[in-house]
Amino acid sequence: MAARDWLLAPTPGSRLQSRLGQAYLRWLAFRSNPLACVGLAIVVALLLLALLAPLVATHDPLAQSLARRLRPPSAEHFFGTDALGRDIFSRIVHGARITLLVVLVVVVTVGPIGLLVGAVAGYAGGALDTVLMRVTDIFLAFPRLILALAFVAALGPGIENAVIAIAFTAWPPYARVARAEAMVIRNADYIAATRLQGASPARIVLRHVMPLCVPSLIVRSTLDMAGIILTAAGLGFLGLGAQPPMPEWGAMIATGRDYIFDQWWVATMPGIAICVVALGFNLLGDGLRDVLDPKQGQ
Amino acid sequence: MNLARTTRLLGREVAAVAVTFLGLLLVTFFIGRVVPIDPVLAAVGDRAPAEVYERVKVELGLHLPLHEQFWIYLRKVAAGDLGQSVLTSNPVLVDIGRVFPATLELATLGTIIGVSLGVPAGVLAAVHRGTWIDQAVRVVGLFGFSVPVFWLGLVGLLVFYRVLGVVGGPGRLGVAFDDIVDPITGVILLDAALRGEWEVFRNAFSHLILPASVLGYFSLAYVSRMTRSFMLEQLRQEYVTTARVKGLPERRVVWRHALGNAMVPLITVIALSYANLLEGSVLTETVFAWPGLGRYITNSLLNADMNAVLGGTLVVGAVFIGLNMLADILYRLVDPRAR
Repeated sequence: MAARDWLLAPTPGSRLQSRLGQAYLRWLAFRSNPLACVGLAIVVALLLLALLAPLVATHDPLAQSLARRLRPPSAEHFFGTDALGRDIFSRIVHGARITLLVVLVVVVTVGPIGLLVGAVAGYAGGALDTVLMRVTDIFLAFPRLILALAFVAALGPGIENAVIAIAFTAWPPYARVARAEAMVIRNADYIAATRLQGASPARIVLRHVMPLCVPSLIVRSTLDMAGIILTAAGLGFLGLGAQPPMPEWGAMIATGRDYIFDQWWVATMPGIAICVVALGFNLLGDGLRDVLDPKQGQ
Repeated sequence: MNLARTTRLLGREVAAVAVTFLGLLLVTFFIGRVVPIDPVLAAVGDRAPAEVYERVKVELGLHLPLHEQFWIYLRKVAAGDLGQSVLTSNPVLVDIGRVFPATLELATLGTIIGVSLGVPAGVLAAVHRGTWIDQAVRVVGLFGFSVPVFWLGLVGLLVFYRVLGVVGGPGRLGVAFDDIVDPITGVILLDAALRGEWEVFRNAFSHLILPASVLGYFSLAYVSRMTRSFMLEQLRQEYVTTARVKGLPERRVVWRHALGNAMVPLITVIALSYANLLEGSVLTETVFAWPGLGRYITNSLLNADMNAVLGGTLVVGAVFIGLNMLADILYRLVDPRAR
């Protein structure tokens, strides 16, 4: 219990101890929410699956064998085989890499852009704020999937273009969240103090406003990841995302569509994978929001 | 509420919507310009001599500077000209007018299902906060944010059409019922009812109920979640305590007083979920072979019919903006504090 006492010490001896103590308290709060823990477990499992895909998969995800096509789930093929005799379980395992990659690339590009736009708009206020928020509103006013569809139509199908299209439609909510935070932070005394010390607006936004917007953005992006997964799968399903023979989950459902009535497992299995992973991100995001941002929780 | 203020507010609302719509046009115009397909080449073929190519380019207005092209595009859209569909060789607007009622029918029934189940579920979750009821509503809601709509549609077809046989299959009508009812509104349920063709009505309903329920589930997920949080906010207020102290039955306090006030922000949520269903219908219609706007857009997309794709995007975007504006106005009308 020594570590626990050190973490929970009422008078921390160093900044590090205080920070770790805060993090520990948050972890305790997070841990008391069983649904959030399920979410965390799912996301960790997805990470491991993506990392260790070649070890977990029982077959080559691309190896075709027409003699074994459309086999039902069995001890040899856990989730059965598809129309080309490929092992569905192995394809789902490898597909985890694609899903994770899409989500990470989108969040990593969109987060900073939204953060910058929102923080600048919220801190600057006035005309700049109005212009930036109008642009944000225009993108928010679009149905996301349809805008992504139109973009992919213009750029041509493929996983890279799908990622670009999703990123293009995903940033506005981040800007909104960051702006709301920045507008509160702007009036804080320590910002006034920094300004009096002669810090430039750029420095204030970059060093003092943006870091404080990060927790809400983390919550937002975790909750957003499920949506990104679903949009990517939707594009894949329509044949506009990942191209065959890539084992992308949405595209796999599309190939199983013709067999849904007689070989139900071909389309059902990848769908379950999408559900589980998206639910994991949603549960995790919900739990994180309760811990990091209690005022938005209820 | 004085008139000048209302007019001013309304004016600002209209201006904001106009700017948003202009932005929408700018985006569709931009997308139309970055298409790798050369529109001139598509029109003349790659064997055409250079002078023909140049002439067609001028005819299509593509030699003009971008801002002039945009101005022409704006004027065309204002006149209702969205170009011609390569696939059907009809004007895009005519095509859209033909397919839109099917989508409207689907999204409307979906919203009705979602709201009529989602609002009570949200209220129950808020009243029984922290109990298993609350958790159940939460999980059902979160699942709605996690399941791909096209997959739910496929599984629904498998279970309810193939295995149980309780609903009609893909499409709007069984083959035997095609072309019996002359369209009046384009919404088959309405048309059949108006003409007294109850067999057709029943068949159309059996085809409609599954896709509408699939869409309705997504609306339910969103509406129940928001209802819960609005209700929790209301139940904390002092007027609720007052009503209880006065001895009103709990049922009346919850369903009349608290829900009555929670309905104000819920109007916005319902309008937004209706707009979201229009989007969800793109994938749902593909799965159910539903001849609506969503399938029109995806079909045109797969055939590189850009005019149709951009026209469809524009219409969906415009409806989306319109519903948002409507939600805003309703909110102002209903909530005296927002006036």
